[in-house]
Amino acid sequence: MNFLTHLLNGISLGSVYSIIALGYTMVYGIAKMINFAHGDVIMVGGFIIFTLMSTLGLNPFFSVLAAMIVCTLLGMTIERIAYKPLRKAPSLAVLITAIGVSYLLQNLALLIYGAESKSFTSVIPVKALSLLDGRLSISGETLVTIPLCIVIMIGLNFFIKKSKTGRGMIAVSEDKEAAVLMGVNVNKTIAITFAIGSAIAAIGSALMFSAYTNLSPTSGAMPGIKAFVAAVFGGIGSIPGAMIGGILLGVIEILSRAYISTQLGDAIVFLILIVVLLVKPTGILGRKIQEKV
Amino acid sequence: MKSKMLKINKSARSSIITVGMILIAYIICQALIVTGNMSNLLKNLLVSMCYYAIMAVSLNLTVGFLGQLSLGHAGFMCLGAFAGAIFSKCTVNAIQNTFIRFTLAILLGAVVAGLFGIFIGTVVLRLRGDYLAIVTLAFGEIIKNVLNVLYIGYDSKGIHLSMKDAISLNLEDGGIVLVKGAQGISGTPRDATFTVSVILLLITYLIIVNLVNSRSGRAIMAIRDNSIAAESVGINITKYKILAFSISAALAGIAGVLYSHNIATVQSSKFGYNLSIMILVFVVLGGMGNLRGSIISAVLLTLLPEYLRFLRDYRMLIYSIVLIVMMLYNWAPACVAWRNKLSSNLAAMLKKSKKEEL
Repeated sequence: MNFLTHLLNGISLGSVYSIIALGYTMVYGIAKMINFAHGDVIMVGGFIIFTLMSTLGLNPFFSVLAAMIVCTLLGMTIERIAYKPLRKAPSLAVLITAIGVSYLLQNLALLIYGAESKSFTSVIPVKALSLLDGRLSISGETLVTIPLCIVIMIGLNFFIKKSKTGRGMIAVSEDKEAAVLMGVNVNKTIAITFAIGSAIAAIGSALMFSAYTNLSPTSGAMPGIKAFVAAVFGGIGSIPGAMIGGILLGVIEILSRAYISTQLGDAIVFLILIVVLLVKPTGILGRKIQEKV
Repeated sequence: MKSKMLKINKSARSSIITVGMILIAYIICQALIVTGNMSNLLKNLLVSMCYYAIMAVSLNLTVGFLGQLSLGHAGFMCLGAFAGAIFSKCTVNAIQNTFIRFTLAILLGAVVAGLFGIFIGTVVLRLRGDYLAIVTLAFGEIIKNVLNVLYIGYDSKGIHLSMKDAISLNLEDGGIVLVKGAQGISGTPRDATFTVSVILLLITYLIIVNLVNSRSGRAIMAIRDNSIAAESVGINITKYKILAFSISAALAGIAGVLYSHNIATVQSSKFGYNLSIMILVFVVLGGMGNLRGSIISAVLLTLLPEYLRFLRDYRMLIYSIVLIVMMLYNWAPACVAWRNKLSSNLAAMLKKSKKEEL
């Protein structure tokens, strides 16, 4: 039964990774850059929910909604100020800027909230479920997280395949110049991508910090990097890939923490990244990208 | 005199200036120490300025000249620090001569970090740009995490390793625990003096300058500018990438040895992603591909926070803004246009003033 509990925890953590990975995978697909600051947007979302709920005593639902709005604006602002002027710059410059933005958010949070970690109150009102005479207990967070993440995935997939904006995104990720000729507004499409990714990140942050309640200015960085690993694992640019990659990574992380070593969990996750990139650099569901001369 | 100066080519002159700068700074510092005018605060910083400068110069080889972002540079420093510290602790009684012991420690640190550089270089070769950055980050974190749980001890039977705790090493009575997991290594002999550090900084600088100005260096820069074109003219990309990567790693290993012989306790947690980013800030601020800039910015950014205490809380915030602003200043079309306008205005003004003089 222990194994089943770990497995469920893994799937739950993995679902959070997979919706955070959506932000990376969409941005990478369209703007061809790693948005290093994505993990820190999650942290900002966490602090906003924390402030609204614990300090102002607001209802969890509205707190999460407010965090979604703030994160959306934050994501769009970051894109507008830091990334948009660098569209034509070499990828090294963009990557360094993204790292700079990530650091900026962390240190602003550090100045406002201090370094010691806050205890996040769960936003999920569901009680834990006890099965098989109490031998298997499933937390309320797990019960909500898994279905909610699946709904978000399906919804987003539907949005991208069916809506005009979504198809614009596909067009931009296929070929920017051709998309412009087809009447797609590239700048607007990229801004919308950042907005959607950041809004979903706020939901991810609510779910993640409800399950793992330590909230500090640096607590977004590691999950962010792991979500990126998940995106690479599943094949960057692919939404179902982010789902598969995220869940696999979550399960592997929890199981290796439980059965191999608590402290080496992160090292094992990174080892997986390296192995995946060596064996199949395009990930599980990714396509091969040919470099143009 | 003037004609003699002109005969030396531009790159040689630039490196003579840099070496001269380092030597003058060294002489001034020594003079201050001898006359007793140097504060203890500055004395404690002297060695650390040198190893940060070595880190910045060596990272500049990968970032500035090879054009690949490495986010795991601190990992190499960590390897060098641990290898050097373990060696010095084991041989502190066997080799009484400090100079020989420290030289061997430096060589060992460089070799260990360099071998890992070759290994990692081989692994990441297939990857480009963003993926390479994330994999070097992953390697750096793996090194940090593994050393964080590693216990090493030795007794008459040899060296014992464990990933659990000090007791599971099964040491005999009188056996010594060298590395205590998260607590790291303590009690390494303090062999890193300011003079040795400056000499190592000079050696590092000269190694990289020589490499960059050689045939290999031109090949490395060709890979940075256009890897496909470089490959098409017959440059062996694999070879030069590994070469640059491993030299950079080995030099970071040297910085690590200096670090571990300067400080009371070496803990792997100090060599995280944050340190790699700090070194990257040094490189970016000093100018990618500019070695003298790396040294100056490493020294200044190590000194400033210590002297401007009120800046301490804002240090990392300022670093992050430096990264963003430097990149926007260099690459944003609006900034580039503004810079061009400014420089052409300046040129016009100079021309005008020259004409008036005439």
